Amino acid sequence: MKLDPKRYDRMVRLFSPPSRLGADCLWAFLVGGGICLLGEVLRCRYLRIAPAETAGALTSITLIGLAAAATLPGWYQKLAAHAGAGTLVPITGFSNSVASAAMEFKSEGWVTGAGAQIFSIAGPVITYGTLASWVWGVLYWVMNRGG
Amino acid sequence: MSIRRRDTLLFPDPPVIAAWAAVGGKKEGEGPLASAFDERIPDAGFAAEGCRSWEQAESLLQQRCIRRCLRKAGLRPQDVTLAFAGDLQAQCAASNYTLRALGVPFAGVYGACSTMAETLCLGAAFAAAGYSERTLAFTSSHFCAAERQFRTPLLYGGKRTPTAQWTATAAGACLLRPAGSAGVPVAAVTFGRVQDYAVRDINNMGAAMMPAAAATLLAHFGACGSGPEDYDAVITGDLGAVGSELLYTQLRREGCELANHLDCGCLLYDRDEQPVQAGGSGAGCSAAVLGAYILPQLQSGRWRRVLFVATGALMSRATILQGESIPGIAHAVELIAPKGEREG
Amino acid sequence: MNYLWAFVVGGALCVAGQLLVDLTSLTPARILTGYVVAGVVLSATGLYGPLAELAGAGASVPLLGFGHLLAQGVQKAVAEQGLLGAFTGGLTAASGGIAASLVFGVLAALFGKSRDQS
Repeated sequence: MKLDPKRYDRMVRLFSPPSRLGADCLWAFLVGGGICLLGEVLRCRYLRIAPAETAGALTSITLIGLAAAATLPGWYQKLAAHAGAGTLVPITGFSNSVASAAMEFKSEGWVTGAGAQIFSIAGPVITYGTLASWVWGVLYWVMNRGG
Repeated sequence: MSIRRRDTLLFPDPPVIAAWAAVGGKKEGEGPLASAFDERIPDAGFAAEGCRSWEQAESLLQQRCIRRCLRKAGLRPQDVTLAFAGDLQAQCAASNYTLRALGVPFAGVYGACSTMAETLCLGAAFAAAGYSERTLAFTSSHFCAAERQFRTPLLYGGKRTPTAQWTATAAGACLLRPAGSAGVPVAAVTFGRVQDYAVRDINNMGAAMMPAAAATLLAHFGACGSGPEDYDAVITGDLGAVGSELLYTQLRREGCELANHLDCGCLLYDRDEQPVQAGGSGAGCSAAVLGAYILPQLQSGRWRRVLFVATGALMSRATILQGESIPGIAHAVELIAPKGEREG
Repeated sequence: MNYLWAFVVGGALCVAGQLLVDLTSLTPARILTGYVVAGVVLSATGLYGPLAELAGAGASVPLLGFGHLLAQGVQKAVAEQGLLGAFTGGLTAASGGIAASLVFGVLAALFGKSRDQS
């Protein structure tokens, strides 16, 4: 055939419709911003009854609970089909990835399915977040000893 | 017997597809082919039958389809002398469980989304050679079983790219018999060669499979001394909108104008109304379109000669994560109208 | 004003993620992992603190905020316990979120099951 990988790569780029950047970003902005606004409303409520750190934790936990509840009937998935990164980047996306994995893989058993696969999507976030924080902790320790 | 010419088997006494059936799920049952399915299955989870997994649901989908096909052929399951089948699940599990229920001789086949054409090629060759009297060829795909195996959990929120394709929840089955029986004759088949032009984007399967479709088409045309204009339609499996455009461009470069092309991925759904991005995919896509649309057109004599080329992407989840590119394959089946219909 | 900043900053961080999805070949999993690590780095360099002050949940709810939380936790723990804090600080600070997602995830699996999208 009159074709080579390099040429084909150019062809594929030419014929593949691009994502609708404007619409995608608008959705991401509105939904992502909306979730954060909801978070801020919750945080301000919690601040009336608790110190800042506790209020922050309570906000996260509430959002995580709401996202898991919205995952159950499939609402979160339906919203995400439009919102893209707007539902992916907030902590609610983390919760959705955990809840959906647990629901999906329970058919392979509570231990070997749901238990083992619950972090199949969120796992890397915890792994590399923890790793990065450990590196920073060691650096911080070295810096403070020197000082 | 048959004549081998390069990669093509020509059947001077063509075996026939004596009976066929196609079933589709909810989304497929809302598409353009809705009324043509033998059965529409709105609950493809088969909850009413106590089914508890998507893997078993796909097997039940196959069994419904086979039941329809055998009923149309007037046969009982035990009359089947050989079954060629496969699906997208690991180890072709859905087909294995279906054949556990059927209890007939079985050769499992994996051709990803090209499986319908592949099983037809094998079935026709066996029928022509006199190895099998009543051969069942079938395949299926199930959106939910494929999604959880290849992508993410079903309730995980993600946005599809415009080049992505929607795995059909559908199945198709054909019963092949030797020449002399009533049905749609299989005039020739071409077994494809694996083609890989370094496409790595798992969300652009049409692009990954196009070179295979082009290569098999050219091989088949070459062996048969034919061109696209000799067919009422040249129908690819599931290249979708992106892969189809790429195919026209490539074949033009090879000096071959493809004016009468259809794609099963674009026929199964209404892309303007149904959110399937570049079109349908999955082994069940071309299988269901074959049974619901292509074979009826030949049977009625509206089409006289058709080339059916189902395409498959042969990667695994592991090889993609390891950075390998996606190998594609395509098998061609040349179908002609039954004799009485051909002259008329 | 707090609410407006939360909306705008949170929305903008999501738009940045969307641009990465649409314009690069990065998968969502890589983007999220990158966000958390970037959050740790921005927090460590002192850049994320002011943003969190300004935007509140707009900075803490996106995954960058998860990284910020880990970095702050580790910093506090190292100050209190020395090198041991590098091991305990991050996950201690994040424990509420991680445990909540596990608990609610398993509860969701108890009461529901995966369903067809079509």
